[in-house]
Amino acid sequence: MSEPTATIPVVDYLVLDDGPAHLVGNRCEDCGATFLDRHNACPNCGGRRIERARLPETGRIESYTVLVRGAPKHIGPFVSVLVRLDDGTYVKANLIDVDPVADAVDTDRPVRIVTYPVGTDDSGTEAIAFGFAYDTEGSAQP
Amino acid sequence: MSEDVWIIGASMTPIRRHRDRDALDLSAEACLGALDDAGMSIRDMGVMAVGTQFEPYTFGQQVQKQIGQTGIPLYNVHNACATGATAVRSVLMEIKAGEADLGLALGVEQMTAGSPPYRSMKPAEGNEFTAEGRDGHVMPTEGILGTGQMFGVFAQTGMDYARQHDGVGFEQFAKVAEKNHAHSTLNPLAQYQRPYSLEEIMSAEMLAYPNTLPMSCPTGDGAAAVVLVSEERLRTLDPEVRRRAVKISASVMTSDPYDPSGLAHPDVNTLTRLAADQAYERAGIGPEDLDLVELHDCFATAELVHYDNLRLCEPGGAGEWIDRRGPWRDGELPVNVSGGLISKGHPIGATGVANIYEVTTHLRGEAGDRQIEGARVGMTHVIGLGSACAVHILERAAGG
Ligand SMILES: [Zn+2]
Repeated sequence: MSEPTATIPVVDYLVLDDGPAHLVGNRCEDCGATFLDRHNACPNCGGRRIERARLPETGRIESYTVLVRGAPKHIGPFVSVLVRLDDGTYVKANLIDVDPVADAVDTDRPVRIVTYPVGTDDSGTEAIAFGFAYDTEGSAQP
Repeated sequence: MSEDVWIIGASMTPIRRHRDRDALDLSAEACLGALDDAGMSIRDMGVMAVGTQFEPYTFGQQVQKQIGQTGIPLYNVHNACATGATAVRSVLMEIKAGEADLGLALGVEQMTAGSPPYRSMKPAEGNEFTAEGRDGHVMPTEGILGTGQMFGVFAQTGMDYARQHDGVGFEQFAKVAEKNHAHSTLNPLAQYQRPYSLEEIMSAEMLAYPNTLPMSCPTGDGAAAVVLVSEERLRTLDPEVRRRAVKISASVMTSDPYDPSGLAHPDVNTLTRLAADQAYERAGIGPEDLDLVELHDCFATAELVHYDNLRLCEPGGAGEWIDRRGPWRDGELPVNVSGGLISKGHPIGATGVANIYEVTTHLRGEAGDRQIEGARVGMTHVIGLGSACAVHILERAAGG
């Protein structure tokens, strides 16, 4: 196995080459509503001045499920979470570094974005995905 | 304010895996059944609306070629799981506008013989990564960036409710399925007609926590149709038709208003609450006046949150309500006495007409073994993910 020559984010709102991995969204300059995807006008207020915004790397889990039979066969059971980032933006992703069972999910613990390789193409480019893991960095867990 | 619109004909096919009947045959059976039930001919209809999620465009015109081509306006409608209810409301609006005084609404889906356009799931390895779509994805993201699939979304919606309300968990959701499977044992039109014990439901294969397979709607085929009439025209019809007529006291549709979470995860709560509140106001009734409700239980988690959204239980009290058997057919307010989508089945386009058929049949006192005695007022509710919501309130004819 040769070393990957290049990386590519699995989606374009994941930024890998500007400091720590983070997400970038779009923010309405009129009302402050922030979203990951691209909008021609703000879905909240109709404003048309939309700027890119770097999103925080930490947040809280609002809801989750564990897909078992429903998971794609080549992926297997996984935990899907809806995370409310510290600025109020919502992101759907996997909770990683846990067993895919309901008991492993603790909605009281903060989570932090982490990245991992998810596949390599024929030219050796590695796709990098993001997920969320419990935040142990800098948090004062009792 | 314009006059009310009434239902004078209703029919539905059994919901099954209909391997030998295509969508046209199912449609024709429901339409002809509804016309016969109304004592009407296709030549009496001034407008028609046809709802299907997966059939090709101008499908409704192909149905006309089975039941009668009379040159009337026909609306083909498409609104995810709210498709059938959207067809009913399209006919209702045409009648309210004075453009027609009689119309036919059909909902249908054939999911066995047809093939729903599910996206293919490419494996992660191979070829060259190329960013595609509005999010620039280089591979399918289902299972990598959480889930966007319907069963995953409704599972998360249920777990959000559980997080916010003590006493709501796997067992409360499972009790919803126990109830609906028990109810469908009395419904010969239902796809499943056998009871499941709570233990059997909870130990069954997990689809997406907390919904096991018997807590999830099956794939099935079927059609349902209704004939609608203006109040003015109804007054001229045969006394027997008038006696069995059912009034549409409210027909409300909503789409999802902006919510910060809704772009990442569909919000099925807010638009349901908006629709229910508008429906109660327009009908001039409250939840305490309802005798039965058919609501959109595509998954057990969905039914539980809609007890609260439709104001059927105390605010926040959905778990406690199912624990005390409030929505059972012998409880305070029967919910999904048909068996609901979990057990009666969920042919996507047909569902929003089939629930109107069910409530209409009870209000006419013609529901046989599953009849809710003395039912006078009922509600139907559907959600199409993305999202579309429709709520109808139906009332028995006065003195009927
Ligand atoms: Zn805005």
